[in-house]
Amino acid sequence: MIPLSHYLILAAILFVISVIGIFLNRKNLIVLLMAIELMLLAVNLNFVAFSHYLNDLSGQLFVFFILVVAAAESGIGLAILVVLFRNLQSIDVEDLDSLKG
Amino acid sequence: MEFKTLLFYIFSTITVIAALRVITAKNPVHAVLFLVLAFFNVAGLWMLLQAEFLSLALVMVYVGAVMVLFLFVVMMLDINIERVRAGFWANLPLGIVVGGLLAAEMAMVLSGKYFGLANLPPQNLPANYSNTKELARVLFTDYAYPFEIASVILLVAIIVAVMLTLRRRKDNKAMHSSDQIAVKAKDRMRLVKMAPEVELPASQGDKA
Repeated sequence: MIPLSHYLILAAILFVISVIGIFLNRKNLIVLLMAIELMLLAVNLNFVAFSHYLNDLSGQLFVFFILVVAAAESGIGLAILVVLFRNLQSIDVEDLDSLKG
Repeated sequence: MEFKTLLFYIFSTITVIAALRVITAKNPVHAVLFLVLAFFNVAGLWMLLQAEFLSLALVMVYVGAVMVLFLFVVMMLDINIERVRAGFWANLPLGIVVGGLLAAEMAMVLSGKYFGLANLPPQNLPANYSNTKELARVLFTDYAYPFEIASVILLVAIIVAVMLTLRRRKDNKAMHSSDQIAVKAKDRMRLVKMAPEVELPASQGDKA
């Protein structure tokens, strides 16, 4: 049988890959959103693995709610991205300086 | 090697490769497609963990809806790839430092003997066990209020997405329904007092 730590190591690898992806694609807003989706996937994998090994369904319920929030987040994020592109003709993060922060 | 172990290694290898391609792909469309591949393989892993409902929900909701939304947006935008890719590898050392730190911390947690992770036996559920039924039983009893809040969050997301991308055209000829309802009779018809018109003599009308 597959031990729990195998799933946790896989989730850790996925999470680290997406963190590095955020550093690599710091200019491309759409790949940043995709890296965030990948991070959520890694966390969800942890939840499901613990839920299975501890025989507690609450973990899977949490994944359910995380999926809801992630779907809402990516929907709104992509809407903001479309409005941004309409106004700036670019999705480069370095062009988003109208607030002069 | 047991068949399930073999499946686990196949799924996890493809997931890691797809995730690596997501963050390094030159074309954002390819990145989305590799992300779809990663989602499919994680759905397979969840199936191995006997979370059937979530596995299918991941394929339907994530691959079927969210990733297609991503594809639509990526294809709609005309991205200047050369400019976005400029200095792509410049931040790799910093990323590797942060990622390595994260990995080391997680490895310390996973290898620590205090958590007893190795002692947890995998659950073997009976063949007639329904994951969906059990999830629904918990969802609609213990988690009924969070479920309602989740639906409100989705409603808010719908309204926000529509209102953000709605574009009102200035030359639009559509009618404003609120103006139509609020209209009064005196705005529409005006009674004008005027002198009576003088009729032409009948003989002139005959000549013409």
